[in-house]
Amino acid sequence: MKLGQTPSQTVGPYFAYGLTPAQYLYDFRSVFPPVLASEDTAGEFIQIMGQVIDGGGKPINDAMLEISHADANGRYVTSLEEVANSGFTGFGRCGTGTDPQNRYTFHTIKPGACAPDEAPYINVIVTMRGMLLHAFTRIYFDDETEANAKDAVLNSVPAERRNTLIARRQELDGRVIYHFNLHMQGDNETVFFDL
Amino acid sequence: MSDTDAVLSPRDWTSHSPYVYPPYASTVLRGPTKPLVPLKAQLSRLQAPVYGHESIGELDHDLTRNARRNGEPLGERIIVTGRVTDEDGRPVRNTLLEIWQANAAGRYVHKVDQHDAPLDPNFLGAGRTLTDDDGRYTFISIKPGAYPWGNHPNAWRPNHIHLSLFGQYFASRLVTQMYFPGDPLLGFDPIYQGTPEKARDRLVAKFSLDVTKPDWALGYVFDIVLRGPQQTPMEH
Repeated sequence: MKLGQTPSQTVGPYFAYGLTPAQYLYDFRSVFPPVLASEDTAGEFIQIMGQVIDGGGKPINDAMLEISHADANGRYVTSLEEVANSGFTGFGRCGTGTDPQNRYTFHTIKPGACAPDEAPYINVIVTMRGMLLHAFTRIYFDDETEANAKDAVLNSVPAERRNTLIARRQELDGRVIYHFNLHMQGDNETVFFDL
Repeated sequence: MSDTDAVLSPRDWTSHSPYVYPPYASTVLRGPTKPLVPLKAQLSRLQAPVYGHESIGELDHDLTRNARRNGEPLGERIIVTGRVTDEDGRPVRNTLLEIWQANAAGRYVHKVDQHDAPLDPNFLGAGRTLTDDDGRYTFISIKPGAYPWGNHPNAWRPNHIHLSLFGQYFASRLVTQMYFPGDPLLGFDPIYQGTPEKARDRLVAKFSLDVTKPDWALGYVFDIVLRGPQQTPMEH
């Protein structure tokens, strides 16, 4: 007989000192900082930032994002040895409660595509007070038009909603910033996946 | 058929709360409302994050000791233990369990918590541990107090401990809360009640005299079941 899955419960408003303590300046080390790459990491350095917006159009100040993505060659990190060699952790976590505009910001490298017929993307988990269950989404890149056009997952999304998954590239003072807002509800509701 | 081509057993939507559950008021503007888009991604790309034993401090599993300043934290000392398995009972080994909770008075260290109850200078309320080869974890803490919240008039959260796990995969992620047996507030708590009735008991730890240590601490058992790889081979 199968065992029943343990039900999900909300992360609540007070996760910060447990899950993102260093970002929120608590005296406890973070296992998963929002910085995924070091200076030694191969690839294009990028920032990904944005807000998580509720059904009333307001940015949410107690959401938490987790991201996981491949390295610049489209390979996922599988061991600590690889992390030590490349400086790339493959995974990051960030809350929206420390920025005056309630933005999250990740510092990482742009992932490569995992296969020739796929576009590069970032896996995202979003959760917050007011969600009894986390949601999965993806971040694609607006400067990957050709790759995005042939990506099977992106093509499985209704055409009019695809743009909710695509981050907008900005180059500013030599930095590359991708802007990606999550809309929990409304006309622009971000596509969430049943993963 | 290799494990890397496998897919994860699906989320059991009859065991989890819906995204929008109006009795828990803040779900109304925050839960997604459009249908989810099905995605069968390869598990090889969705491994849990890598971390090692060095990520865990020596006292991280003992919340009664990991933040002491001038003495012991106040409250009822507890031992919480259990196994993390998949739905077939296979142990989830070496997996990270992150823990956070209120102190014995029902107050969180978090700056946003303004409940009129004392902070405990010797208690942070955050910890972490790893499961062993049998999927077993153990941590030591103080029984958290109940506290009021603004969801509805005279709303109180039952005693609970927040838990966060990945399991082996990105998609076996679970954030949950462990409750205590016999808590009269469970019947009034929309967060607990949001879970379908048949699955609610899985959120309540069992008191165990075997785990209880004489003259020292009460013991509770809380087993956790995560999604695992599906047995049935799938087309690539």
